[in-house]
Amino acid sequence: MARNLGFLVVALLVLASSCDSAIFSPVSESHRSAALELFSPIDGSFGSLEETYEALKTFEVLGIKKKPDIRTSACASVVDTLQSTSSALKDLFHALRVNGILKCDLSNEAFTGIESRLKDSLNAANSLLDFYYSIGGLMLVKDQTSVVHVHLGDADKIFRSIKALSQSDGRWRLSSNNPESSNDAAGIALETLAGVISLASSEIDHSLIATLKNDIAKLFDGIERYDDGTCYFDEKLVDARGHHGPLSASASVVRGVTAFAAVTSESLNLPGEKILGLAKFFLGIGVPGGAKDLYYQILALACLENIRGSVPLILSLPATVLSVTKKDQLKVRLSTVLGSSAPPLSVKLMQIFVSGSKDASIIDQKLKFDPDNSVHVLEKLPPNVNVGNYIFSFEVVFDDPEHKKNYVTGGRTKVPIHFTGIIKIDSAEIAVLDSDLGSIESQKKLELPGENAVALSANHLQKLRLSFQLITPAGQAFKPHQAFLKLRHESGVEHIFVVGNSGKKFEIVLDFLGLVEKFYYLSGRYEIQLTVGDSVMENSFLQPLGHIELDLPDAPEKAARPPPQPVDPYTRYGPKAEITHIFRAPEKRPPRELSLAFLGLVLLPFFGFLAGLVLLRANLKNWPKSTVPATFASLFHLGIAAVLLLYAFFWFKLDLFTTLKVLSILGVFLMFVGHKTLSHLASTSAKLKSA
Amino acid sequence: MGRSATTKDAQALFHSLRSAYAATPNNLKIIDLYIVFAVVTAVIQVVYMAIVGSFPFNSFLSGVLSCVGTAVLAVSLRIQVNKENKEFKDLPPERAFADFVLCNLVLHLVIMNFLG
Repeated sequence: MARNLGFLVVALLVLASSCDSAIFSPVSESHRSAALELFSPIDGSFGSLEETYEALKTFEVLGIKKKPDIRTSACASVVDTLQSTSSALKDLFHALRVNGILKCDLSNEAFTGIESRLKDSLNAANSLLDFYYSIGGLMLVKDQTSVVHVHLGDADKIFRSIKALSQSDGRWRLSSNNPESSNDAAGIALETLAGVISLASSEIDHSLIATLKNDIAKLFDGIERYDDGTCYFDEKLVDARGHHGPLSASASVVRGVTAFAAVTSESLNLPGEKILGLAKFFLGIGVPGGAKDLYYQILALACLENIRGSVPLILSLPATVLSVTKKDQLKVRLSTVLGSSAPPLSVKLMQIFVSGSKDASIIDQKLKFDPDNSVHVLEKLPPNVNVGNYIFSFEVVFDDPEHKKNYVTGGRTKVPIHFTGIIKIDSAEIAVLDSDLGSIESQKKLELPGENAVALSANHLQKLRLSFQLITPAGQAFKPHQAFLKLRHESGVEHIFVVGNSGKKFEIVLDFLGLVEKFYYLSGRYEIQLTVGDSVMENSFLQPLGHIELDLPDAPEKAARPPPQPVDPYTRYGPKAEITHIFRAPEKRPPRELSLAFLGLVLLPFFGFLAGLVLLRANLKNWPKSTVPATFASLFHLGIAAVLLLYAFFWFKLDLFTTLKVLSILGVFLMFVGHKTLSHLASTSAKLKSA
Repeated sequence: MGRSATTKDAQALFHSLRSAYAATPNNLKIIDLYIVFAVVTAVIQVVYMAIVGSFPFNSFLSGVLSCVGTAVLAVSLRIQVNKENKEFKDLPPERAFADFVLCNLVLHLVIMNFLG
């Protein structure tokens, strides 16, 4: 399954890249597993009856036996809807569809009741969807019970009323009020009309059917195409039923056309290549990611499998990448869209084109059929096929010409194929040459691709020469996508050179005299590495060849420095170098004893001052005698002492703001007492003077 | 002979100065003593700085400036209090003393701030 998936991916890639040649593969196991995954019931049911029908139909078409068991809940819902008198027409239709697959228990009375309700709705129908549900419901009733006889007496009238909604370009409108027409509605209309024809009790007017055939032809005229041959019906409008894209519109048209082809006795003459294009469109999607898209795809493919008169046959290849060296054989499979086997036929290889050029060769070789694996095998590759990309053109021929009427193969089918092979590397050698003379100083033979460890040495006056030849399995010269020689210095600086070729021989000559500046004047050991690769080369290699000791002259002052090599990103967050801080050397302080000695010395003058005061017979005779002035005087001195104490505190502990605050208080106090004291002293001395 | 004459003259000058000084009132002598005390303290600080170096310089300045500042203020007090000074005849000495105290307090606040 994984191989199929891988193959599908390759197919899609090829589809995307190349025009006019592409690979489509029929429905495979990946579709089945996707169906089981996308349609998984929640709480035992798939949701609405419509979703239940989609899931069951998908499982039925894909042949999935092991499906989730939702019978009980689904049948309960079906019986409920069909027996209720208030169910909408749409719900009746979906319930009948689910019943068609599950075959729940329904009584004959129920069917009779349903049939009369559907007939009533049919008579009252005025939009395309009303007709669709009614006619569809009646057809399902006819299939599911033999008791009730369903006939349309006025089939002509119904036919005409549906036909009235058609447009001239083959599309249909959903109702007479709605002017927008769509392909989706066309598909619904065709299915409904097919139902009318099959239910009619009497033969419908032949001219009506002829006009319908014309409408289908016009509808197919409006089909869109891609370059690779796929066709689809596009839809751009968003209507009440939700957004429609090309998938749902194409699926709807395919259903309608298939249903119509089944009820008419004559052939529709549908354009075969367009049917094949539609089949390729549905297969080219691969495996859709949504449940509804998967349902549309599988339903359309189921219709195409059984369409009367133009069943498409798909040519697919199990492998598109083949190895010339291993002599892989080209295998081709023909099958229907759902993977069933094709009628007996033979496949012929008609032409081979070389991808990307106008070369083409005509082959006309028949492939041998292997009945065990039901593949057609190309036993021997044409002689001029070598490694590279080719486009093979196949043609399908039926053993029985009658089958041409029922199947569509699309004439010539172009398929891109990629041939790979092992490329031989010959006469590989590396040499150091003396410049000017060209004489070889040292030469070594190389084994490519293999282990090599040459050790060369050269100075800036010499040259290095590497040469080899590349030969394909067929013996021709080969030019790969990549041929590089890399020289890497021990410090990490790298230089890459492209190896050029002339005809078969690949050669590169490195003249060190000219490369001295490019190498940033770095002498030392250079590792040599050779890379040769291509998409068709099975043995592409990237190999170290050895090393060369280069002796280059010293770099001049102005030479460019080699670029810094990328630092290992993990070291960026590692620990950095230790920073040693240099602190300012602390000032030399004097020895403690000296400072203390001077402290004592400074205090000496104070004592000298006191001694002098005693000597001068300083006295306190002027101290006020009476109480109040005495108090003021003492307060004055205490105030001064307090201020000095505050200064001492200021130096030890306090800050300026606190000091100023306290000082302002003390200052005011001091002013007051000082004034009192000094004015008292002044008045005393004035009295003394005057006295 | 010149030498002994100069010595004698110096001695005589010294004696006359001394006797003149003895005539100054006592309060002025007290103020002079205070000035001498302040200056000697300043000199000792300068000698200390000369020995140990000027780090920290602000402390040295603060110390010397306090002594010099207070000496200056004392000088101005002496001028204002001196009775022989005709200029300050009407200024009562208590007032001068009050100025002296106030200015000293302000000076010492600044000194304490600068001391560091």
